[in-house]
Amino acid sequence: MLPMITSSSVTDHGRGKIGKRSLAILSKLGQALITLWLTLSLLFLAQVILPGDRATIYLNVYEGQSVERTPEELAPINKEFGFDRPVLVQYGAYLAGVVKGDLGIALQSRRPVSELIAEQIGATAKLTLVSLIFAWILTLAWVIATGGRSTLVSRFGAAVEAMVAGMPQYWLGLLLLLYFSVRLDWFPVVSGSSLRGIWLPALTLALPLAGFLGQAIRAEYERALQHPHVLSSRARGTADFKVRVVHALRPALIPGVTLSGWAFGSLVSGAVIVENVFSRPGIGALLVNAVELKEFELLSGIILIVSLVYVVLTFVTDWLYTIIDPRVRLNYKAES
Amino acid sequence: MATPLLDGHSGLVLGATQKPSSWRLLREARRLPLLVWLSAAVIFFTAWASIAPGTLARHSPLETDLLNTLGPLSADHWLGTDEIGRDLYSRLVFGARESFLIGILAMIIAIVLAVPLGFLASLPPPFARAAVDRIIEILLSFPTLLVALLFVTILGQSPFNVAVAVGIGAAPGYARLVRGQSLLVRSSAYVEAAIALGHTRARVLFQHIIPNSIRPLIPVTGLGIGKAIVWSSSLSYLGLGVKPPSSEWGALLAAGKVQLLEAPSLIVIPGTAVVLVALSFSTLFSYIQARSEGAKT
Repeated sequence: MLPMITSSSVTDHGRGKIGKRSLAILSKLGQALITLWLTLSLLFLAQVILPGDRATIYLNVYEGQSVERTPEELAPINKEFGFDRPVLVQYGAYLAGVVKGDLGIALQSRRPVSELIAEQIGATAKLTLVSLIFAWILTLAWVIATGGRSTLVSRFGAAVEAMVAGMPQYWLGLLLLLYFSVRLDWFPVVSGSSLRGIWLPALTLALPLAGFLGQAIRAEYERALQHPHVLSSRARGTADFKVRVVHALRPALIPGVTLSGWAFGSLVSGAVIVENVFSRPGIGALLVNAVELKEFELLSGIILIVSLVYVVLTFVTDWLYTIIDPRVRLNYKAES
Repeated sequence: MATPLLDGHSGLVLGATQKPSSWRLLREARRLPLLVWLSAAVIFFTAWASIAPGTLARHSPLETDLLNTLGPLSADHWLGTDEIGRDLYSRLVFGARESFLIGILAMIIAIVLAVPLGFLASLPPPFARAAVDRIIEILLSFPTLLVALLFVTILGQSPFNVAVAVGIGAAPGYARLVRGQSLLVRSSAYVEAAIALGHTRARVLFQHIIPNSIRPLIPVTGLGIGKAIVWSSSLSYLGLGVKPPSSEWGALLAAGKVQLLEAPSLIVIPGTAVVLVALSFSTLFSYIQARSEGAKT
């Protein structure tokens, strides 16, 4: 593949530092574009192999019926959306449309998919972001408190992480909802988009994620506590808390940052369920609706947006490495 | 299946060449931690329920009792009754089979897809390797639930299709695992020795690389069954998987959602059953995994 060739040629002939860096960025960008293009192609393929005549599905979803259609009825639909054109022409039109930001029309509401997603994505983005922050706070507090202590405490810490990481979000969400909203009445049962309502859903998403992050960070953290630089700062009389927070934490963060990119995927999956549990607006409700009605344009639009965000995030995490650990350079993964 | 893995690190390399005597097995079993025993018991109970549910439940899962709806836990109805007076415990026991089978089937599908992909991504020819590698990377970038939803949309909503969708969603992760394993085995000394001995490429591949890359997958598969049960119940919870007249655990969740405020136990109990089974799978197979890798537990 092209980007890999460029990045490996960079390592082969060591050019100037700036040229190296910009080439590495270019190669990453190329890889990201290839990823997006393949995603688009897969989605288009799925649309083509979807069983049933597309024009018929279209008409039935739009009118809320499920009947056979006559060719006379289908002709205008085929003409409007070009379902009768050769597949390659449709593929070209689809790609061109997406590049221009046109993701198609949602069948039932007859509104552009991009508009529907734009309306809902804010709520989901806020939820996932708050959850990610919660998860990091929980993880760091837990690992700093229990990591590298006596065997019993460390083991207990690890066991809690493993248990929490395996909890299904709907179950955790329901328990929190039943206890804090129904019994104690601290939070609204139907959280809507209010600020007070975001606490429980965000906590529901954050807990399993914190379990995963904790598992990744703990091993690295306990190793870092044995590093010579930690020993030397202890010898200089640095307080234990400061050693734990300042000196040992930084080298342990790398696996956590790697996972945060991956965590985005699990957060999106989780958000769909959590939004359902707490009756919050967002991509989740849109997605469930799209699957129920077989609204493929809407579904693939959502998947496309999610993978776009994912690609951008991968980009950002790669860049974050170089800040946390200056030994890592951007062209670090040239061999792939 | 698990016995050759239980005898410490020798299981990984020697495989079944060293048969543990029953005496050794007993001694081994006594040393198992309590949690592992409990997990094994939960899985055994679930397996029994899914093979012969009639032996565990006194009521029929469909027998309605309109005078006793939303009943509390009692001696007759151990876990209470639902909105039309069906015994929740019986429904759970009779639903176990479907949940269990969906989990196992999803895992089989994931492995069947992942193994060839993983090997293609790690073995020559190089051009295929790079392409397959990239494809796995892309598939991994999709959230599992989204992939599962995509395939539920394409295939339609039925228990079998839920298993297929969850299996496809989980496959890329396992493909990457197989890839890593086979890269590791390829660069190991015994493969080098086999090549130095002049064995043919096919023999090295089928006798050394493939079996040794697949063996560590066995405990991972067990872990995966628990996860697959959670995923498929999540789909059902959203109302996009198995539908309510069935008493599959996810479907029980979906049905209980309506009664959330009046009878929270209708949704909390099936949810707890899913969590218990999933945790048991992960505890038991993490233990087997740790033992088969020769780590001390």
